[in-house]
Amino acid sequence: MVDAVISDVRELSAPRRKSGMRRMLQRKSTIAFFMALPLLLLISLLVLYPAFYAVHLATLNKSMQRFVGLSNFTFLFKRETFWMVVRQSCLFALSAVFFKALIGFIVAHFVHNIPAKGQRKWRGMLLIPWVIPPAMSTLAWLWLFDPSYSAFNWILALFGFGPVAWTGDAYWARFSVILINVWYGAPFFLIMYLAALKSVPEQLYEAAAIDGASWWQRIWYVTLPMMRNIIAITVLFSTIVTFANFDIVQVLTAGGPIDKTHVFATWAFRLGIQGGDIPLGASVSLFMFPILAFCAIFILRDIHRRGNEAS
Amino acid sequence: MHSAITRRSALKTAALATTALIAAPYVRGAHAAGSLAIGFWDHWVPGANEATKTIVNTWAEKEKVQVTMDFIPSQGDKNLITIAAEAQARSGHDVFAFPTWYPHAYSDSLVPLNDIMEPLIKQNGAVNDTVSYLGRADGKWLAVPATIGSQIKGPCSRIDLMKKLAGIDVQALYPAGEKPKADSWTFDAFLKAAEACFKGGSPIGIGLGGTTDSVDTAGAWFNGFDAHLVNAKGDITVKSDPVRQALEFSVKLAKFFPADAPAWDDASNNKWLVSGRGAMIMNPPSAWAVAKRDAPQVAEQCWTHGFPIGPKGRFAPFLPYFWGIWNFSKNIPAAKSLLVELSQQASAEKMVAASGGYDLPSFANFTTFKTWAEEGPPKGTLYHYPNPYNHQTLSVTAAPAPPKIAHQIYTQAIHTKMIVRHLQGETMEKTLAWAESEVEGFMRT
Repeated sequence: MVDAVISDVRELSAPRRKSGMRRMLQRKSTIAFFMALPLLLLISLLVLYPAFYAVHLATLNKSMQRFVGLSNFTFLFKRETFWMVVRQSCLFALSAVFFKALIGFIVAHFVHNIPAKGQRKWRGMLLIPWVIPPAMSTLAWLWLFDPSYSAFNWILALFGFGPVAWTGDAYWARFSVILINVWYGAPFFLIMYLAALKSVPEQLYEAAAIDGASWWQRIWYVTLPMMRNIIAITVLFSTIVTFANFDIVQVLTAGGPIDKTHVFATWAFRLGIQGGDIPLGASVSLFMFPILAFCAIFILRDIHRRGNEAS
Repeated sequence: MHSAITRRSALKTAALATTALIAAPYVRGAHAAGSLAIGFWDHWVPGANEATKTIVNTWAEKEKVQVTMDFIPSQGDKNLITIAAEAQARSGHDVFAFPTWYPHAYSDSLVPLNDIMEPLIKQNGAVNDTVSYLGRADGKWLAVPATIGSQIKGPCSRIDLMKKLAGIDVQALYPAGEKPKADSWTFDAFLKAAEACFKGGSPIGIGLGGTTDSVDTAGAWFNGFDAHLVNAKGDITVKSDPVRQALEFSVKLAKFFPADAPAWDDASNNKWLVSGRGAMIMNPPSAWAVAKRDAPQVAEQCWTHGFPIGPKGRFAPFLPYFWGIWNFSKNIPAAKSLLVELSQQASAEKMVAASGGYDLPSFANFTTFKTWAEEGPPKGTLYHYPNPYNHQTLSVTAAPAPPKIAHQIYTQAIHTKMIVRHLQGETMEKTLAWAESEVEGFMRT
């Protein structure tokens, strides 16, 4: 009798298990997981593996034969040039992101106010800097800033000014690399802000107008609060990309003069590939990670908090 | 549709093929000696790669080796990135063209080549001390000096401007086909000439940037004072009198360079010469070759010659390339055989001719090829380029420091940075303290 009961239970549980499996496979999250799996594998292969390999390299000695723990990092902390690169990277990223956001915000408003018919052309034209690969566009800028044959200097000379050592003087060289980064990155902010502007309900502005709000008050109390999340996301994204920038600085100044325009990526390249000290180069490039992780956590937490408040 | 291949017929075919393979007599195939992958440096000079291809293909046919050749450019440091990647992956080419410092940087991954280098020296003559310093470690040859890409970066002067502005006849100092008569060609004479050319509106075009042309020239001034930042034993000698003298001289001289010299890269001096703006640059004949094509009136006035002599000797910057064999190569005997072939006089002559005289073999007996005597205009302009009378010491910046330290000093352009810092108003002692601190950082192993 007991045996019969057990066999009944087995007979009942088998199809139930089968249907449980089927249910799991039919769940939206499972389907989403499997659909995202190729991308996850690709990211693991192209991002996670190199990242962990870089961590491994950063723990080796110069000849890559001995594990040295965090010695490369402690060594860097004692180097004057390293701290100069840290300062320059922060200056480069923060000022470039600030001006990209500011210009993007202003131009987005201009474009938003252009009648719909002509707006498409302006949007297309304003996006051009962003769609040209920066290594190529920086080459064109390099010719404009060329130490000896600068087109800008030629124009300045017509008005009796100059010549300016665009890439030969430390301050002008910093200005030049930041300017190119702003020129290249502002269209990204423009298009994101334009999309955000278009999603602000018109009724809010109408209500503000009825309440007698000035232009500035409408920007401050309507536009900006409605765009806060998109501003935060674009600033975060741009900060990450700008901090990790390599091509603009490498093509325009290669870190010079006297290292005054080096950022993390170019200095890591100089140490690791050109100088043959791959562990030290890896350590420099990894130094970006905690800074960017801190920015990401800070900004995303703020967005999440506001999302919760809104719901 | 019914397939014509059945399991039975497939098995029968396989059995017959195996039997035929085992029973057949050995026939030496087209690629019986295996395969070889070579990573050459991609030459600036159009068509120069063709000579290399011809030499290698002829050798491969004779030796029954299947070869694949990649010509990897140094623009954007693509060759350095490939070297780093292959060393990490322990896979890639068998033979690779290593720039100046890289045999030492990857010494643990290279096959020692004493067995081919020693007979080559007996056959082709000695190599200079710089080649030994860069290509040998602990008595082992790490690589063979390559003809392709090796270069001396001596002065390339404008005959007319140097005569007019500085009163110097460079053809008389370095007559074609004859020994140099350059006793009066000293650092002081150079300084005066630089000042005269600057005042005359055609400054001498020497860069003070972080790329090799700038660093090489700065190193030659320092060597002329026997000034070294680190000595052969590895001791830091930045705060020494010769370094102070060299820095003082370099800054005096740099005042007569173009104002934007700190931003110059390796293309800037070429442009300076080809545009006709400068009276002299320090470069191999590539700038002259471009001028020949783009500005023939400038090329006709160019004369490549030796460096001025300093208080402690006459040093010219020399940057050799090397051919090395990775120790993960699966065909080391064939690789060695190829390197011997590439180092023969006939091969070197073809490469020099194909590069219009740019390439420079490192062996003593290979400095008088007819290409250098005949190239022009003006005829004889390259006669003194390969240092045929050994009247200057071929040197590299940062030597004689242990090569792994010197590599860092060179790559970080410490010499030019010292000059720029002092030139821009930093005190000598502060500049020396900065350089000492930087060099200390290069001592890590």
